[in-house]
Amino acid sequence: MRAPSAFLWQVTKLLATLALTFIGLLLVTFLIGRIVPVDPVLAVVGDRASQSVYDKAYIELGLDKPLYEQFWIYMTKMVTGDLGQSFLTKKDIADDILRVFPATLELATVGILIGTVLGLPLGVLAAVKKGKLADQLVRVLGLVGYSAPIFWLGLLGLLVFYAKLGWVAGPGRIDIGYEYSVTQTTGLLLIDSAMQGQWDAFRNVVSHIILPASLLGYFSMAYISRMTRSFMLNELAQEYITTARVKGVPEWRIIWIHALRNAAVPLVTVIALSYASLLEGSVLTETVFAWPGLGQYLTNSLQNADMNAVLGGTMVIGVIFVGLNLLSDLLYTLLDPRVRRRG
Amino acid sequence: MSMTESSRREWLLTDHPASRRQARLGQMYRTWLTFRQNRLAMVGLGIVVLLVLVAIFADLIAPYDPLISGDLRTARLLPPSWNHPMGTDEQARDIFSRVVYGSRLTLMVVALVAIIATPIGLLVGTTAGYFGGWVDIILMRITDIFLAFPRLILALAFVAALGPGIENAIIAIAITSWPPYARLARAETLTIRDTDYIAAIRLQGASSARIISGHVVPLCLSSVIIRVTLDMAGIILTAAGLGFLGLGAQPPQPEWGAMIAAGRRFLIDFWWVATMPGIAIFAVSLGFNLLGDGLRDVLDPKGRG
Repeated sequence: MRAPSAFLWQVTKLLATLALTFIGLLLVTFLIGRIVPVDPVLAVVGDRASQSVYDKAYIELGLDKPLYEQFWIYMTKMVTGDLGQSFLTKKDIADDILRVFPATLELATVGILIGTVLGLPLGVLAAVKKGKLADQLVRVLGLVGYSAPIFWLGLLGLLVFYAKLGWVAGPGRIDIGYEYSVTQTTGLLLIDSAMQGQWDAFRNVVSHIILPASLLGYFSMAYISRMTRSFMLNELAQEYITTARVKGVPEWRIIWIHALRNAAVPLVTVIALSYASLLEGSVLTETVFAWPGLGQYLTNSLQNADMNAVLGGTMVIGVIFVGLNLLSDLLYTLLDPRVRRRG
Repeated sequence: MSMTESSRREWLLTDHPASRRQARLGQMYRTWLTFRQNRLAMVGLGIVVLLVLVAIFADLIAPYDPLISGDLRTARLLPPSWNHPMGTDEQARDIFSRVVYGSRLTLMVVALVAIIATPIGLLVGTTAGYFGGWVDIILMRITDIFLAFPRLILALAFVAALGPGIENAIIAIAITSWPPYARLARAETLTIRDTDYIAAIRLQGASSARIISGHVVPLCLSSVIIRVTLDMAGIILTAAGLGFLGLGAQPPQPEWGAMIAAGRRFLIDFWWVATMPGIAIFAVSLGFNLLGDGLRDVLDPKGRG
């Protein structure tokens, strides 16, 4: 067992790293904000403002202060959750992001569920049938996932399953007809409509989400199945597997209970990381499917040169990314007694 | 003077090389023999070579001009046919010719990103690993901060700040690409740093800069190059994604991602406009993925899946 002081040291070190990373994130977005060729004052007052109005806004924005002081002000604002206001709509960016975030969360969550449910068994299958046809097929499936542009597959999916076959609903989260009948409490339409017993609306939401979520799921499946395969191969070569075989434990039990349980520990990290990368994939997917989430908010702001909103969105995604990374580290420590003891 | 095929082979595979050059060439030849047995990797190599050839001979291959519109009254949005193998787009341009010329842009992006990002990663990683201590902590913390952003998102933010365009897209992708190389180079440097031959060079009075550039970097190079090759598909996809969002190459440049974005408006009635450039992106990034996998299998047996 570890001495309590060593444990405290670990926690302090972790917190210090985290704080440094956050400051770094802020510094990057702050500096990006400085290199923009757009004059932030003109963006606020408009280009027909008189010199006195311009000077007043210049001082109000704090641009007369030295850079390090500007950064300090920026940092304190961000830490208190004030992401500034959109140049375009003059609304608080934090509010905007809170409003659009559930859509992204819902999409990414359904996506990672699909990816895990498919990727895990496929990875196990590939490991068990190593070198055989099934292994090759899983590999090719994964390679296609690594190589195809997600926005292109999304467009083809819309063309085939929506326009030609009519199996799924088109772009958007929900048909306009249902949009106002579902009260948004959690913001997750699948949960909201189910809780209110509006099954027609629920079916509509499912029919909208299934294509983009399957697409995201496919991309995380490519990664999850590949990692599952390599972890399983690693476990199946261990001596305890031979022991179990000698004891006469049935093969399915060896694979699904003995080996998979040990492979599951590093897999948690993999799944957490691919969940985080779905946020990235969502930028392109949301553009293709007109999904009103964080990704679309970011691209819309980009197209309107709304730098505050872009940096706010980037910042939020960065924080979530760091958070999920941290979470996966913690889960790893919790699940693997060896890591816990070593510290 | 000319050697015959078999004697050249013997010279390469000899157990007693007479010079350092012969030993090195022999090593490369053996690597190539192993690589050649991997059929998928050879397919990948074939695709990449094809891409390079198409880019070089685009003028000869493309039947039409990629930028100038055809007859707008009769040649708009024609389906694929003998005259237009991939059909025509909304400005009556031949899509096949545009895809062919687009290979130049793709190749340029990949090459420039590799040329910019690899030295940065090598420099940061080897310096951090060689000096250790505070230098290491500071450099690696900076690297981690760049890794904390998802790549496309950070590239988006940079392009948004620098302004759209292919040059800025390349800079943005390069800025987001170097951190993994730095980590890799650092890990390699840590294993080299305390070896006897580095100590011997140091005793001879070589400066740190000389040791890093002359002795550490060459040893890290091969693993970093494999990593860059494995990354190239990702670079192509990121560039295409930026193009699709309107932040990469600007029209009328025949960039594949931007072509998909343009074809999106006619997707349902004129499917080929968006589909064809996508096939090109897919094929090329598949080629780089296969090639990278094969290279890793041959040169780095540890990473074999």
